[in-house]
Amino acid sequence: MAQAYTPGLMVSRGGVWRRRRLLPIAGEVLVRVGDRVEAQDVVARTLMPGDAVPVNLARLLGVSPGELPHCLKFQEGEQVKKGDLLAESPGIFGLFRTQTPAPATGTLESISKVTGQVLLRGAPLAVEVLAYLRGTVVEVLPHEGVVIEAPAAFIQGIFGIGGEAYGELVTVSAGPEDDLTDEQIRPEHAGKVLVAGRRMTGDAIRKAIKLRVSAVIAGGMDDQDLREILGYDLGVAVTGTEKLGTSLIITEGFGEIAMARRTFDLLRSHAGDNVAVNGATQIRAGVMRPEILIPLDDATGRLTAESAGAGLLEVGVPVRIIREPGFGALGTVAGLPNEPAWLESGSKARVVEVQLQAGPKVVVPRANVELIEG
Amino acid sequence: MAEGNGLHSAAVKPPIDPDSLQVILATDCGSTTTKAILIEKVDGVYRQTFRGEAPTTVEEPIADVTMGVINAATEVGELAGRRLVDENGLLIRPSQGNDGCDIYISTSSAGGGLQMLVAGVVRQMTAASAERAALGAGAIVMETLASNDKRRPFEQIQRIRELRPDMILLAGGTDGGTRRHVVQLAELIAPAKPQPRFGGQFKMPVIYAGNREAAVDVRRVLGEVAELSVVDNVRPVLERENLAPARDRIHDLFLEHVMAHAPGYDKLMDWADTPIMPTPGAVGDILRTIAERQGINAVGVDIGGATTDVFSVFHSVFNRTVSANLGMSYSISNVCAEAGLESILRWVPYDTNERELRNRVKNKMIRPTTIPQTLEALMFEQAVAREALRLSYIQHRSFAVDLRGVQQQRSVGDMFAQETGDRSIVDNMALDLLVASGGVLSHAPRMEQTAAMLIDAFEPEGITRLAKDSIFMMPHLGVLAQVHPQAAMDVFERDCLVYLGTCIAPAGLAHDGEVCLRYRIQGGGLDERGELAFGDWKRLPLPADRTAVVTLEPARRFNVGAGPGVALEREVRGGEVGIVLDGRGRPLRLPSDPVESRRKVRRWNSAISMYPEE
Repeated sequence: MAQAYTPGLMVSRGGVWRRRRLLPIAGEVLVRVGDRVEAQDVVARTLMPGDAVPVNLARLLGVSPGELPHCLKFQEGEQVKKGDLLAESPGIFGLFRTQTPAPATGTLESISKVTGQVLLRGAPLAVEVLAYLRGTVVEVLPHEGVVIEAPAAFIQGIFGIGGEAYGELVTVSAGPEDDLTDEQIRPEHAGKVLVAGRRMTGDAIRKAIKLRVSAVIAGGMDDQDLREILGYDLGVAVTGTEKLGTSLIITEGFGEIAMARRTFDLLRSHAGDNVAVNGATQIRAGVMRPEILIPLDDATGRLTAESAGAGLLEVGVPVRIIREPGFGALGTVAGLPNEPAWLESGSKARVVEVQLQAGPKVVVPRANVELIEG
Repeated sequence: MAEGNGLHSAAVKPPIDPDSLQVILATDCGSTTTKAILIEKVDGVYRQTFRGEAPTTVEEPIADVTMGVINAATEVGELAGRRLVDENGLLIRPSQGNDGCDIYISTSSAGGGLQMLVAGVVRQMTAASAERAALGAGAIVMETLASNDKRRPFEQIQRIRELRPDMILLAGGTDGGTRRHVVQLAELIAPAKPQPRFGGQFKMPVIYAGNREAAVDVRRVLGEVAELSVVDNVRPVLERENLAPARDRIHDLFLEHVMAHAPGYDKLMDWADTPIMPTPGAVGDILRTIAERQGINAVGVDIGGATTDVFSVFHSVFNRTVSANLGMSYSISNVCAEAGLESILRWVPYDTNERELRNRVKNKMIRPTTIPQTLEALMFEQAVAREALRLSYIQHRSFAVDLRGVQQQRSVGDMFAQETGDRSIVDNMALDLLVASGGVLSHAPRMEQTAAMLIDAFEPEGITRLAKDSIFMMPHLGVLAQVHPQAAMDVFERDCLVYLGTCIAPAGLAHDGEVCLRYRIQGGGLDERGELAFGDWKRLPLPADRTAVVTLEPARRFNVGAGPGVALEREVRGGEVGIVLDGRGRPLRLPSDPVESRRKVRRWNSAISMYPEE
C-alpha cells in the first residue's frame, strides 16, 4: 500500500469558520441574521432553574401526603423566604401542632400528593453566551442560539486547560525552540494571549496566573508542573472547567517539544490581533481539541479548511514522530513498506520510513507519526 | 443464553439467509481503533481469514466513524486480495468472485460507549438490579442513585444536573411494594431537568422498570421532562430479577438515540446488515456461551483504550463490570493516578526518570493511537496493564456479590447478608478459565507476556487454564452469533481462542526459598518431578494439543484446590506457554524497596523468558 490514513491536527492560515453558540437550555437569542458581532458580545441569554431543595413535609409534620395541602401556608408558585413558616400540622384538637420553617429561599415549585414532598426552587441563574468569534450571524436557532461565521486563521492545539479566553496576541519567545520562563512575563501582559516557543515552565504558568494573563500558548509543558498547578493528577483528559484564570494550550505535547515552525510563524504574524482561544479538551471519542481563532478582515478561504491536518500518508509528505524514540522529530515519508515489520519491542506492525530533517532515515510504526504542514 | 440480547433495529432490513453466506465482514469500532475481520467459508467450515485495523475516525476533522470502517476494510481487502470497497467508498455486497462480502456486521464502543445513570430505592436491591441490567446491556454506569445512598436529596439533584448520560434507568420497589419511594426518585429526576449527551434538543430517554403500580405516578412526574418508556420491573419480587425487558429497551434506545447522534453512525447503521451491538454486550454473550457449553467457571477481561470490562460466570451466574476510566490510551493517565506511579513501577525492571515517564504517559493519553516501539516502552505499558487489570478485577469482585441472574431464586436472608458487602461470588480457587482480550493482551509480542500479565493481575489460585482472544475477535463473534450461531462457533473453536496453558498456583504465604509444593507431571512429553520454592515460578512446555497428569502435594499452609496441605491429582491441558508453576504466593506481594522489587521482577521475567535478552 503506498498510502495510509493518519490523524493530525489542523493549522490553517485562513478560512471561513463557523461556530454554533448554544444555550444549555432554551432561552432568548439577542441577535439577528446578518448582524455583525464582536467576540465578547452577548448573543443569547437564559435563566437556568435555580437549585432545587426537596423537603419531605409529610414526614416532618407526621401527616399523610393527602393531608399535606391543608397544612401548607403557601400555594404552588408562591415565593418563600428561608425561615418562613412553610407548613403546620393540625395537631390534636388544635394542640401539639408541628411547624416546619422553610429551609431555603425560593419558589414553591411542586407539592406531591404521593410522597408528601414539596420542592423549593432557588433564584434562577443567568447564563449568557458570547459570540466567541468576531464575525457575522448567519443562522439563528430560535430559543437555542446562533451560528457565527467569520474569516479566521485557525490552529488546533493538542491539549489545553481552562475554557474560552480572549485577548491581544503577544509573542514572548524569540523562536519556537525557546522555553517560556517567569522573567518573560510582565504586568503589561495582563489580559493578553501569550505565545511561547518550546515549553511553558511551571514558574512561568504560576506568574501568568498571578498577573491575570488571559491565555498562554506553547509547544509543550511538563506533566509534573501541570499536577502542581492543578493540585491533582489529571486522570482523564476532559478539561475546560478549571478555574485558574488563565487558559493554557500546548500545540505539540508534554515535555520539551518545540512548537511547529509553521504554527509559531503563523501566530507571530498575527501579533497585536485580538484572538479567541478555548483550552477545553476532551480526548474521548467525540473528541474536542483546544483551539485558537484569529479573526481576519476578509474571507481568504473557503468554508472548509484549506489544510486539514488529517489525511493520507504518502511518500514525500512531511510528518512528525509522536512517540519515543525520536518523539517530536520532523521528517518526510521516504517509504511505506507493505509488509508489517518487526519492532524492537518484539511486535510486528505496519511501518513508515521517515527521512528525518536532522539525521538519518528511521523506520517507525505508522501509528507513531502524524501529518504536519510543510 | 439466559437472557435475550434485545436486538431491535429502527430500520427494517431484509432477512438474512444463513446458508447463503460465504464471506462475512465484521468490524468493531473501538474508541481508539476500528478492527475489521474477514470470515470465509472454507471447505464447508467458517474460518477467520484476514484482519485489518485503522484509527477510529470520530474525531474532527473527519468526524465520521465510517471512514475508519472503510480504512480497516480496505486493509483487510488488500491483505486478502479481495476488493471490499468500491470506487465510491462503499462496501461491495453481495460477494462475487474476488469482490465484496455477503454481509457486514459491527459492534461499537466508540462515542464513549453507552453511558447511563441508574436509580433504585435500596442501593443493594433494586438499584443493584438496575445497575446489573445496564451493565449487562453494555453500558457504562456513570452514577447509581438510591434512596438510601446517604446523600441529601438536593445533592442527588445536583449530581443529576451535572451528568449528561445517554439515558436513565429508573427502578425501585417490587410489584405491589413501595410506591412512595419510587415516585420520590422520579421527583428528584424531574426538577434536575437532565439533558442528554447527544442531541440537546431532545428529551432525556428514561426507562422505568420499577413497581408497575407506580408507573402512572412516575409518568405524571416525568412525562413532561423526559421521553419515558415503561417496561417490566427489574425486580418484580424480592427473590427474582427480570433484567431482559430493561436490557432490550436499553438496546433500542442505544440505537435510536446514542448511535443516531454519534458522528457518522446513521450511515454505519444503514450499512450494517444487523443491528449494531455495544461491544461489551457482544463479548459478554460469547463468554457466557463458552461457560455454559463447557460447564465451567470463567473470567474474561477486555482491556481497551478507555475502559476495562470484566466478565465472570461462576456457577452459571453472569456478572459484568465496566471500569470506565481504566484503560491503556485515553485512560492511561488515570490508571497512573488511581494506582499510583509507584505501584506501576513495581513491575518495571529498569530504573526510570519519573518526570520523563509522566510526560510519556500524558503523551500517550493525548495521542492514544500510538504503539510502543522500544522494549522499554513495551515493558512500561505492560506494567500499566497489570495495574489497570488488577484495579478492574478488584472492582468486579466487590460488585459481583452473591446476586443471581434471571430465573434464579435467592432468599431474603441472602439480601441482608449481602449488605455486609463481602460475599463476592468470584472465587479464584474455583476459577477454571481466564480469557484475555484487548490490544495490550491480545497483541503482546510473546505469549509469556500475556500469561504473566493475567497471572500477576488476577492472581488465579489452584489450577486455572489461561487463554487469549487471538486477534480480538470476541466482539465480532458475539454479533455474528445473532445471525449465524454456527459460523460464530466454527470460528470461535478454530480461530478465536489461543490457549496459553495452565497456571498452577498454591495459595498461601511463606518465606522465600521454603518449599510450598511438591509436584509430579507426566504425559504430553513431560515426566517432571520436583519441588517449588516459595518466591519462584517456572514454566514447563506442554503443547496446546497435549494433556498431562499433575500430582500436587502442597505444603501444610498451602492450598491447590483440595484444601490446605491436601494433595490433588488432575489432568491439565497445555498451550503456547505450557504449564506455569507459580510459587510466588497468594496474595502476590512485591518488595516495597524499588531496587529489590526490580531485582525480583527481573528474575521472574527471566524465569519464563518473558522478554528477549534477559
